[in-house]
Amino acid sequence: MTSEEVTGPRGQVGPGAAAGTALARPVAGASVGSVVPSRWRIVFGRFAGSWGGRFGGLLLLGLFLLAFVGPVLVPWSYLDKDFLAFLQEPTGAHWFGTTQTGGDVFALTLRGMQKSLLIGLLVAVVSTAVAAVVGAFAGYYLGWTDWVLGWVTDLLLVLPAFLVIAVLSPALGQGAWLALVVLLAAFMWMVTSKVVRGMTISIREREYVRAAQFMGVPGYKIIFRHVIPNMASLLIVDATVNVSAAILTETSLSYFGFGVQAPDVSLGGLIADGARTAVYAPWTFWFAAGLLVLLILAVNLIGDALRDAFDPTSNRGRR
Amino acid sequence: MTVLEVRDLAVRFGETQAVQGVGFEVARGEVLGIVGESGSGKSVSVLAVLGLLPPRAVVSGSVRLHGRELLGAQEKELTALRGKSMAMVFQDPLAGLTPVHRVGDQVAEAVRVHQRVSSKAARLRAVELLDLVGIPDPARRARAFPHEFSGGMRQRVMIAMAIANDPDVLICDEPTTALDVTVQAQILDVLRTARRETGAAVVLVTHDIGVVAGIADRVLVMRSGQVVETATVDDLFYRPRSPFTRTLLDAVPRIHDHPARSGYSGRPVLPPQPAPAHPGDARSTPPVPAHSGEARSAPPVQVGWGAVRRGGRAVLEVEGLVKRYGRGGWVVDRVSFDVRAGETLGLVGESGCGKTTLLMEILALGAPQGGRVVVFGRDTAGLSGRERLGLRRDLQVVFQDPMASLDPRMTVHDIVAEPLRAHGLPIDRVGGLLRLVGLEAEHAARYPQDFSGGQRQRIAIARALALEPRLLVLDEPVSALDVSIRAEVVELLLELKARLGLSYLFVAHDLAVVRRIADRVAVMYSGRIVEIGPVEDVFAEPRHPYTRALLAAVPVPDPVRERARSRLLLSGDPPGDHLLRPAGPPSGCRFRTRCPLYPGLPSVLGSRCVSEEPELGAADGAACHHSSGGIG
Amino acid sequence: MAGFLAWRLIGYVVLVAVATSMAYLLAAAALNPRANYAERTPRPPDSVVDAQLAAYNLNDKEPLAARYVTWAEGVLQGDFGRAWNGSSVNEDLGRRAGVTLRLVVAGLVIGAVAGVAVGACAAVGQYGWFDRLSTVASFGVLAVPTVVLANMLIIGAVWFNDLTGVKVFLVSGEVTPGVDSLLDRVQHLVLPTMTLALGMAAVFSRYQRNILLDVLGADFVRTARAKGLSRRAAYGRHALRVALIPVVTYFAFTFGALLVGTTITETIFGWYGLGHQLVSSIRTNDVNTVAAISFLAALALLVAAVVADLLHAVLDPRVRTV
Repeated sequence: MTSEEVTGPRGQVGPGAAAGTALARPVAGASVGSVVPSRWRIVFGRFAGSWGGRFGGLLLLGLFLLAFVGPVLVPWSYLDKDFLAFLQEPTGAHWFGTTQTGGDVFALTLRGMQKSLLIGLLVAVVSTAVAAVVGAFAGYYLGWTDWVLGWVTDLLLVLPAFLVIAVLSPALGQGAWLALVVLLAAFMWMVTSKVVRGMTISIREREYVRAAQFMGVPGYKIIFRHVIPNMASLLIVDATVNVSAAILTETSLSYFGFGVQAPDVSLGGLIADGARTAVYAPWTFWFAAGLLVLLILAVNLIGDALRDAFDPTSNRGRR
Repeated sequence: MTVLEVRDLAVRFGETQAVQGVGFEVARGEVLGIVGESGSGKSVSVLAVLGLLPPRAVVSGSVRLHGRELLGAQEKELTALRGKSMAMVFQDPLAGLTPVHRVGDQVAEAVRVHQRVSSKAARLRAVELLDLVGIPDPARRARAFPHEFSGGMRQRVMIAMAIANDPDVLICDEPTTALDVTVQAQILDVLRTARRETGAAVVLVTHDIGVVAGIADRVLVMRSGQVVETATVDDLFYRPRSPFTRTLLDAVPRIHDHPARSGYSGRPVLPPQPAPAHPGDARSTPPVPAHSGEARSAPPVQVGWGAVRRGGRAVLEVEGLVKRYGRGGWVVDRVSFDVRAGETLGLVGESGCGKTTLLMEILALGAPQGGRVVVFGRDTAGLSGRERLGLRRDLQVVFQDPMASLDPRMTVHDIVAEPLRAHGLPIDRVGGLLRLVGLEAEHAARYPQDFSGGQRQRIAIARALALEPRLLVLDEPVSALDVSIRAEVVELLLELKARLGLSYLFVAHDLAVVRRIADRVAVMYSGRIVEIGPVEDVFAEPRHPYTRALLAAVPVPDPVRERARSRLLLSGDPPGDHLLRPAGPPSGCRFRTRCPLYPGLPSVLGSRCVSEEPELGAADGAACHHSSGGIG
Repeated sequence: MAGFLAWRLIGYVVLVAVATSMAYLLAAAALNPRANYAERTPRPPDSVVDAQLAAYNLNDKEPLAARYVTWAEGVLQGDFGRAWNGSSVNEDLGRRAGVTLRLVVAGLVIGAVAGVAVGACAAVGQYGWFDRLSTVASFGVLAVPTVVLANMLIIGAVWFNDLTGVKVFLVSGEVTPGVDSLLDRVQHLVLPTMTLALGMAAVFSRYQRNILLDVLGADFVRTARAKGLSRRAAYGRHALRVALIPVVTYFAFTFGALLVGTTITETIFGWYGLGHQLVSSIRTNDVNTVAAISFLAALALLVAAVVADLLHAVLDPRVRTV
């Protein structure tokens, strides 16, 4: 009750937080009837107010634009080969130069980035959703549900993901990058789901969940109405982390030729090819590598800024 | 001789002025009480004295120890003083001790920081200190880790650390708030010992004005970061000058008087709020009246005290209910009681006595491990899912912490509408429900975080009433609230009960609140009911020694009586308070290990306490073999 | 307690068995060892190939279930069978596990120690210059995938060697054939160790910083300071000691995961360890090796989990008594 006193004034910083004085009936924030600044708006404000959030967000936006608008600007597609220019330096015709086989590095890199972005985002969404549902059900019902779900989680955790995907992905055939998304997502939700399970166990002891139980609200509704929404911050931050994890895993798979299959390209495959010629033809390596680094950096910055924005204890001004 | 002198202390966190113009002085051997509600700035003030506020706090004014200015002093200088001249005891003894170091080592560390002694000598001194603060078998217990100690024992360790270097000033920040009432009495006693042994000036910060009555010489009352009143303890209690002090005193329930004469004196009239720190905020937020509309116009309710209405139909019957976890001891063991229509049954006990488990068993409306639960005449063991859902409409619950019982992500409207939706009822009643509990329908669009503690509890009550239940289970509904707010919520509950014809099962550890609201009271100890009966009888003539000790441990907000009163200190900890619970309760009477009566009994009588577990007599009574021939 | 441990151990054994079996079935169904012979010139006759594959229990003309039973019988006797070219999987992997260990230990230890030190310093001076600098640095490192980092280091080393005219850094293999001196080994070890250690240090520094920041605000740190301990003593003896507990368990997990997880570093620097073998076994359709590596990976992770629990119990008395 009273240890709040020290932290109390801190809590008042955010708009709409309860005033610290004990006898204050009403509360700082909006006047009666007006819209209360929602939590989401506060979080977004803090996110956009942070250096990392702004820089990461703009960077990611820029990369998105480059990946999807860029290819329109050049006459070359990633499938084309310029037989008049092998391993050529960047020129007006080939902005990023060409590869040993005459492919346009600009077109190839952007194509690879499209793949990486799409795979990263999709895998993150799918795996976080699976993690939330599995973890919440295991933690809410416990008992047999928990045992079975926990066992499956452990099994997938113990199976070497890289190996399984590498074995399976060539068998999926070309163009099946959506199958790759499913595979990547299937091996990326387990750790989050364990965290979600732990949090669910503590949330289900909370009194608002108990109150809902004693009102007669069925369990699955409680999970989707009370449990998962109250972990939104964790899940969002985790989804961001998963974006970069997915991109990195896909990159390493493709580096070895197990990921996105030819003739489609991905950044990992380009980096693998480029590394061989990097010493004497640096453009084949550095553009793909540099964009990949920027992409991961942008996603990581966004994740970090989101974590800070959600965490009410970290509202120290970062400017 | 003044040891510590504070003048014009002000603390600011960024834009927020937490403390302003606070001044006091303490002399050797004197006890200064600092009283205030949560957020009044009392803890911030004493932390500022020690220089332990986070770096972003801006402190101004003057703090002098033996005439030496501490504000602005070098950190090195302060470090040398801390723990030596000024020592501190914090509120939460669990979080306050480092979990990975042995208790004895932590005390020894406090010795070695300031005294050049060998580690062996420091360890011996640590054992001495632990002995001094009343830890049994200190040499062995010094090797234990904090989590192996009960809350009371941990607080004793904190005190041992604080007095390790004979400090001149001992600052105690809410040292008993996290503890049960019988343990609180023990710790206050240890503090008296500590003051005697060290001769230190003691600053005791607390929200409970009753605590200072028996121990403080002078009292300082704080509100909204400012000093409202400073007075000797007698002046403060008998001749309070400030209206706020009077409000605090009025709000303190007195369990030893007749409730009709004192106790809660209706709704406390509060003086106007002092101007908040940011005027801008204040203007943009017109206060929400706590009472408005229907609730205010409702006629005041007079509850017939003394007239025990046992005639009504039983709405809840519990017979021999058993609940245990795993192979451990019984958490709830053969508990029987009933609640009649229109009646309030208070259920009282210390932490870990099983009262919350008992409530959860009842609310689950399932088949208990043993015994029977009958709600509105229906045995819960044989209910189908549909029947159970139907029964839930008649039985609703209000929890202790209004912050935790409202989903922070839902609007007030959705929160109050949730039970209606769950039962497929129209949700247009939300506005009316809010007005019923003294809120306004317009509040429905807001989130719980926009309301104060008392208002949140009103929202929780509105939600519980949405299904028009006939029995309300209240699990410590006012414990988390400040005393002045507490009175308002209790009045609201009394009003609602009379208007809507509700029955209450009211769980509390606060005896005074139970005295105010309940018709009958049941006292639980170690999973059993040890005494049950009409409130007046139990409070006036408690028959079970535990009930007697429980009542005696509550501080009386009356300095003269409190000083004169011989204290019946209960030794040991509440049985639920250790993690290292022994295999089960002791044989025979479970209370015998702490019973003040048992050691004095002749062995002929005492042997019965060992061999035979006392049972409650009839509907009312005490589960003690010697309740009639007891103290005398 | 003992019963609980026994149950958990049984659970782990079942988990490893199921995971390894799944990996075997998957590999046996998806990989095609026959393809290895098709590329040989002159192409051996089918009957010879069949006999050869059958001898190694790799013949896809036999039903999968039969092959699985044969394989499982071998595994139960501790024999993981033969690689597609006839060499013993056990011997192969034993040799390669040594290579991986020599590679991983230095990198992980250096990375973790450096990361913990940097994270702790950053947390103590939160928002100070060191905190900002280390934050920027760790974000930079974390954004560079191992693939890129390793290649960057190689490019840098080649440039440096050219510049000085001396072969300071050796970028390929564990030793120079025929040389095998300690100096030679160190020269080979520097770059892959840096690759591992840099990433590790970045991860550990962020982790340690965040955990320590949580602990610094704890009541017991305030108690320690109220006792008269200096900020440094209070942070070192009380806060860091508590904050290290999760980091140490995390360390154990990382170690387990790295045993088969240094695929990229091993491949790029030409260290023939388990990670390298994992990639080449898939490329060569080597079913038995794939299954054996899965077994090792699962085992390493579970052993790491047990070690993490034990370490946790050693460091945290609260866990011990429960």
